[in-house]
Amino acid sequence: MGFLKRFFRSRAAVQQLPTGSLTVDRHGQVVITTVSSAYPRALLRDIGQEVLALFREARASQMPMAEVSLHFASLHITARELRGGAIIFLFPQAAFSPTTTAPRL
Amino acid sequence: MEIRHKILVLDDDAAWLGLCNEMFTHLPSKPEIRTVASGARALALLETEPFRLLVCDLKMPRMDGLQVLSIVRRRFPELRTIVLSGLEDEEFRSRAYALGVDLFWLKSDMQTNSQMFLDCIESLMGRDMEGGFRGIQSKSLMDIIQMECLSRSSTVLRITRGSLVAKLWIQDGELIDAETDGARGEAAFQRILAWKSGTFENLPAEPDRERTILKPVNALLLESAQAMDETADSVAPESIEQTAHRKTIWKLALLTREGAEFVITVPAEGQGEVETMGMQPSEPLTKWARRAAETARRLGERIEAGPLSHVAGHNLERQLLVLNRDNKSFLIGWPPQAEAGPLLDKSKKLVSSWDS
Repeated sequence: MGFLKRFFRSRAAVQQLPTGSLTVDRHGQVVITTVSSAYPRALLRDIGQEVLALFREARASQMPMAEVSLHFASLHITARELRGGAIIFLFPQAAFSPTTTAPRL
Repeated sequence: MEIRHKILVLDDDAAWLGLCNEMFTHLPSKPEIRTVASGARALALLETEPFRLLVCDLKMPRMDGLQVLSIVRRRFPELRTIVLSGLEDEEFRSRAYALGVDLFWLKSDMQTNSQMFLDCIESLMGRDMEGGFRGIQSKSLMDIIQMECLSRSSTVLRITRGSLVAKLWIQDGELIDAETDGARGEAAFQRILAWKSGTFENLPAEPDRERTILKPVNALLLESAQAMDETADSVAPESIEQTAHRKTIWKLALLTREGAEFVITVPAEGQGEVETMGMQPSEPLTKWARRAAETARRLGERIEAGPLSHVAGHNLERQLLVLNRDNKSFLIGWPPQAEAGPLLDKSKKLVSSWDS
């Protein structure tokens, strides 16, 4: 099948930002997600696992968090702890769009 | 002897590299042009040779332009950068500017306005980076404000200095409002004028903005210059202990005034001592602050989300904010009942004043 690559070159692509939500279990496995299937699952797992690590280390610091959010220039990630796992919301930010955040419970 | 600058052009399309190479030979300063087809090769060249400007495509295999730019921004902060892309989605423009590029051009625009594009490149390469504000040309902030006012223009100047952001509203050549870090009006303007470097951009005018500044801008500039001179003259000698004590008292007062519970300053590993104000030193909290900043930075690079603004967290007992500034992470604790909305501004104000 390798010879097909000579005729059909893979197209370079800049990674779009993820938008939607995902739920991860305590092991970091994505249980359910509304993020487009075009977004690499490996990156979604990375997001889930890094967020879980933040919750876990906050617990180890004797300061367990109910909610953690990461604010990047182009993306906001808001996560709520959910019985060892987490539900994570992903909001891409455009230059002039209003900031959207999930409402606090 | 006139300096001959070097331009590095990065694009995976060989034909496009040839086009850029030919076009850039028309630049008046006759720079040396190098072309590469991969991000890895571009980074290797940047390590070994002194380039003035990087012209970078976005859509490339293996390492895309945003990945290259996020690395370049950290390792070569003096390098000017232009994105030259065929991607018309506004999201990529925003993400590129969020990474700190100097200019973003579409390839289609470059071809239809080639002379303007060459003028932009020549201007970008020609300015010096020793302080000053990175906008179109390097100028002091006073120069920029005076230019806008003398031209009787209406605009909003957005000024960025690291994690600090400020805005100046100019209407028909008059400065009508200023805002930064929880301060507004003349107080904000005086604070902004003390910034010695940063970047600025022009935003659309806001004619309905409420006027909080009544003094003419020249009077404000004069007052600010006088205040800076007086501060430079009034340094009185005192012992190291007195200075340290005074700083501690000042920081505790600042903490109390802003309503924060504590501040932990965490330098990068091996680059200084952890400082804790408002609570007993806590090794676990210090580790969490360092880890949160590092995790967020790593994640942001991996998913190409741009630089980190801050990390926030809350539980029933308190709200936390982690801000980075000058190779340090600041973990700020706020009471649970503090309003979440203004917390970021108040935290930035704390951080910006902390070591001043």
